[in-house]
Amino acid sequence: MPSQKQALLAALRDQLNTEAVLGPESAVASLGIAAIDRTLPWGGLPCGALHEVAGAAMDGAATGFSAMLLAQLSGGARSVLWIANDDDLYGPGLAAYGLSADRLIVVRARRPVEILWTLEEALRCRGLAAVLGEVPDLSLTASRRLQLAARNSGATALLLRQRAGTNPVTTAVTRWRVAAMPGRSATGENIDPRWGVELVRCRGRSHGEEGYVERWLVEWRRATRRLGLVSELRDRPAVPEKRRMARQTAGHGE
Amino acid sequence: MNDGNVQRIAAVNTPAQANGIAPGMTLADARALVPTLAVLPADPAADARALGRLADWCIRYTPWTAVDREDQCGSAGLWLDITGCAHLFGGESALIRDIEARLRTFGFAARAAIADTPGAVWAWARFAAIASPSEAVIAPGAQRAALAGLPTAGLRLDAETIALLQGLGLRRIGDLYRVPRASLPARFGALLLHRLDQALDGGEPLSPRQPPSACRAVLNFPEPILEAASIAAATQRLLHDLCGQLARREHGSRRFALTAYRSDGTTDSLAVGTGMPTRDAAHLARLFAGRLERIAPGCGIDAMTLAAAEVEPLGAQQVPLADRQTPTVDLTQLFDVLGTRLGHAQVMRLAARASHVPERAVRRIPAAAQPSPVALPDTPRPLRLFPRPEPIEASALLPDEPPFQFIWRGIVHRVARAQGPERIAGEWWRGRGLTRDYYQVEDTSGRRFWLYRDHIRQPQETRWFLHGLFG
Repeated sequence: MPSQKQALLAALRDQLNTEAVLGPESAVASLGIAAIDRTLPWGGLPCGALHEVAGAAMDGAATGFSAMLLAQLSGGARSVLWIANDDDLYGPGLAAYGLSADRLIVVRARRPVEILWTLEEALRCRGLAAVLGEVPDLSLTASRRLQLAARNSGATALLLRQRAGTNPVTTAVTRWRVAAMPGRSATGENIDPRWGVELVRCRGRSHGEEGYVERWLVEWRRATRRLGLVSELRDRPAVPEKRRMARQTAGHGE
Repeated sequence: MNDGNVQRIAAVNTPAQANGIAPGMTLADARALVPTLAVLPADPAADARALGRLADWCIRYTPWTAVDREDQCGSAGLWLDITGCAHLFGGESALIRDIEARLRTFGFAARAAIADTPGAVWAWARFAAIASPSEAVIAPGAQRAALAGLPTAGLRLDAETIALLQGLGLRRIGDLYRVPRASLPARFGALLLHRLDQALDGGEPLSPRQPPSACRAVLNFPEPILEAASIAAATQRLLHDLCGQLARREHGSRRFALTAYRSDGTTDSLAVGTGMPTRDAAHLARLFAGRLERIAPGCGIDAMTLAAAEVEPLGAQQVPLADRQTPTVDLTQLFDVLGTRLGHAQVMRLAARASHVPERAVRRIPAAAQPSPVALPDTPRPLRLFPRPEPIEASALLPDEPPFQFIWRGIVHRVARAQGPERIAGEWWRGRGLTRDYYQVEDTSGRRFWLYRDHIRQPQETRWFLHGLFG
């Protein structure tokens, strides 16, 4: 009996996750790496939802990862909009990620109210595949509004958070933390960027004690404009010995 | 008014006039006539400004208003071309009643007249005995008969010509009708005949104070409105009216101006622009919506106008049958909405430009424009490029080598890998002698930067800059 109940609960939870989060006819965008797509309960990044990318301020990795996501969501045809705080977005660099000038619209807004307003207005627009806002901080209500707006329109909302906010809680469906990683690329002589990508939060998946659901070491390959998996970080002894022991004992206890 | 070292009267009000004071009199003479005369220094510049504001306010009656430039201080005038406007105010005499009553509440003594020609209006308003608003209107084509009894001063002539005419017994305009036309210029100068023709036949070009709008809607309120909700409702009605006019003409516009006329004679204006010509009332309502609070009701708004500055042909459009519950907008409309609130320069595309200099290789173009494709540089470019390269303290082993370490914003970065140099020289025709050696540099934590060594200086004082961040 309990197992039946559990199964029912799981099924309901699944339904909630797919239907409550996504609109009735929402699509899913692949991240280009099967391992990551598999980890997400939807088989990819759900469109028409709110997602969050966090990174350090003086690190281009989160910007790069966001550009990659936008290009992926644009599907090479639809327009995307980027709300930038400063004048520093560079066209030729973004174009290399697949965000050429005919597809990328940049809006400059600095005040948080203006950024949120622009996000909401843009999410209402039929012609956009995705909208990205560089936001320092966000209230729970504001994030809920954005999630609803995205759900209603089918356009994807991305928040790029590179400045430490006081309120890390949002209603984002997924939250990613991206940091630059050292190491020589396997391909080409150019420096292809390597990123440590953590799926910190994901609706429908509980995160482990380490503070993330899953973690990958990926590489942006400029020549093919694709993301490539380098190796899985969790297989490396990155976690201190003591905490690993603690996790194992916890695992035995269940 | 100061005339040499004599102080003269520039303008008088009605009671002073009744006591025999006239413009041009010296102040001493005037004081001798009326010892209690109240005198204020004349300020022609302020008068002109006030008259200009009044002309703007009169745009509530007609888009076509002008200040009478030829006038002397003290008998200032405004021209209003009310062709096709009078019916909005209940006819010509009602319009005159309205305009005079409102000007009186502002504290102006005004006389208004309506006629076919500006010259006839000028004479009638100043010299006719007008007892009621209906007498202020000269019927179409009747100016010849109407002006006959007025003094020749009504023809906007100089004092010498008037004196000459009076000396010959030609006191009234009607007296001139009997003088042979051909002899007038020879005896009294070209101006007289010219003015007479202008008064009787028109043909006088007047330049409007503001370019008249091609299409507009007017709304007069029986009671001044004060509430934001009323302003919003009025805006809706004006939009509906104007867009209906545009639709009938199959035209659209890119610039719309909403003007509120307060009962104290001041005005407030809001302008919105769109990327493409439009006559979509719902879209325009969205553009105005966030900004209506900038119209301050003050002591009450008694009229509002909405004008389309320039119209251009816009074919009939099909109204989409989309469900109204989820309002969706297309991209050009989104650009208008964003541009109206944030400023149109803030909504852009980063178009490539053929230049080797990184900061010149990008041009910010309006989002509604279509960028022309330009080949990308072969070497990677950063995702973020600082508008101003930031000076760093870099240490290199040899002058031609990339640095092994640099300090940026107070943090030491140890270089793990570097690639370069890529030499970028400025266009010689710009003559700035710009030469930079760029390196892609990765620090030990994996962050990737774009650094360059500046070659303007001598090698012994090499300067390094950080210009951008890679992904």
